[in-house]
Amino acid sequence: MSLTTPLLDPIVFPDPRNSSKGFDFAERPVSAGKRPSWILGLVVPAGLALGWELAVGLGWAEGRLLPPPSRILHTFADLTLTGELANHVAATLGRVGFGFLLGVLSGTAIGALTGTSTLARRLLDPTFQGLRSIPSIAWVPLFILWFGIFELSKVLLIAVGVFFPIYLALSSAIINLDRKLVEVGRIFRLSRLAMVWRVFLPATLPSYFVALRTGLGLGWMFVVAAEFMGASEGLGFLLTDGQMTGNPRVILASIVAFALLGKLTDWGLARLSERVLRWQDAFNPAA
Amino acid sequence: MLNIAHLAKRYQNGHLALSGLDLEIAAGEIVGIVGGSGCGKSTLLRLIAGLDRPTEGTVSLNGEGVISPRPEIGLVFQEPRLMPWLTIRENVGFGVRHLPKAARRVRVDEALSRVGLADFADHWPRELSGGMAQRVSLVRALVGRPSVLLLDEPFSALDALTRYDLQEHLLELWRYDRPTLVLVTHDIEEALFLADRVVVMRGQPGHIHSISAPRLPRPRDRADQLFQSWKQGLFGELHDSVRGEPVDRAGQIDKNAEIVHFKKAV
Repeated sequence: MSLTTPLLDPIVFPDPRNSSKGFDFAERPVSAGKRPSWILGLVVPAGLALGWELAVGLGWAEGRLLPPPSRILHTFADLTLTGELANHVAATLGRVGFGFLLGVLSGTAIGALTGTSTLARRLLDPTFQGLRSIPSIAWVPLFILWFGIFELSKVLLIAVGVFFPIYLALSSAIINLDRKLVEVGRIFRLSRLAMVWRVFLPATLPSYFVALRTGLGLGWMFVVAAEFMGASEGLGFLLTDGQMTGNPRVILASIVAFALLGKLTDWGLARLSERVLRWQDAFNPAA
Repeated sequence: MLNIAHLAKRYQNGHLALSGLDLEIAAGEIVGIVGGSGCGKSTLLRLIAGLDRPTEGTVSLNGEGVISPRPEIGLVFQEPRLMPWLTIRENVGFGVRHLPKAARRVRVDEALSRVGLADFADHWPRELSGGMAQRVSLVRALVGRPSVLLLDEPFSALDALTRYDLQEHLLELWRYDRPTLVLVTHDIEEALFLADRVVVMRGQPGHIHSISAPRLPRPRDRADQLFQSWKQGLFGELHDSVRGEPVDRAGQIDKNAEIVHFKKAV
């Protein structure tokens, strides 16, 4: 037997010096097939909607308590034509937007503070943990008393809801940060502020973005609670109005609007986090 | 230039990591520190870098005490420790933050080309192999032109071939500015290949057992018999199991050999 033929199949590795992208042992999972991934996400809701439409159309179910999609769409059309829908959406979006911003800024600032300073953490964290346990609804009467029934109390209520997941996530992410990178910062003599801005915050971005999405979800939840009291416009107001006037179609339309807006804003945040986190050496960042 | 006097470090849990260390290192010298695990060599390096403070004794650079990290002293760790959210260029730029943007870019690009990584300047750390990332780490530490570069087992996490490659890279980089190099390693061959003097440390508590000056011709030849016998000798220094005296081809004790032994201080 001659040794000119290989005994084993040669394993061929790409030369890292040749590829412009470097060496990637773990192949990034590629979505199977050519269809875009969001189509799969539509299958369940579209299926349920069509099924219900059929059931009511064929007389199997009564469409009063749970109107079929066609009637809900009709309601949507009515509201849009009168310009009411735009009004309510704008009001609710505005409150969520401002509340979210406020909650994010305060949560980030105090989370960074308690994460980096032991003294601050020992002073402030127990209080915040206590406040965190208070259910959101409980704040409503207090805020109405202090800040009235107009915009301020609503925005602040939402801000409180958004604050806690972000404060908690950032604080614990900084505390649990791998000291290897912190030591590099120390070797390069970063000031306290530079350390936070250049090391702590970027290193905690992955958990920070998860917290942002959680906070956003809570913001949408809190806006409903806020609009239940003393609101004259907004999707939450629409919800109670639908209940008061015995109009399930309006209730459903409002709920569908919440679902759509919530999904849309979360999707926006998810896309943003994908861009910001593209450096991550994660298992499946394309998930 | 770098002066270590009566250095001792006792940790809060009572463990005495270093005791009674004295060492003087001249400017531009390459010193290798070898020792087994737990002998305190990494602790020594951290004290020189200013990352930790000694419980006794002093570290001084050109007469000034070192109590916290300084721009004149760079440190390369065993892992590359690149910031994953920064590109390679931005990572290296960490070492020259004080420069204006244009000057920084020029310095960084030039530094990267010295190790053949100019094409990867815009890549993420996760896209680099271990050896490439460690090259970036070397360049990041040297881009600020420190007068002292400390290296804590910089190549121990790499395979043998990459290790040889990076040892050459290190010497090449050293030739530009000739900083003082203090290299901690468990690899005797690596220390002999790179260093002017080799310090052997032993533990319990960490102390200097001997300092040798092999005075082997450069570039060092690993296959050379004198090199290999020095390696045997130093192995013996480390382990006391082999009575090692460096011999040349004729079987005689190397007249150039200079080994100084120390007694444990405690």
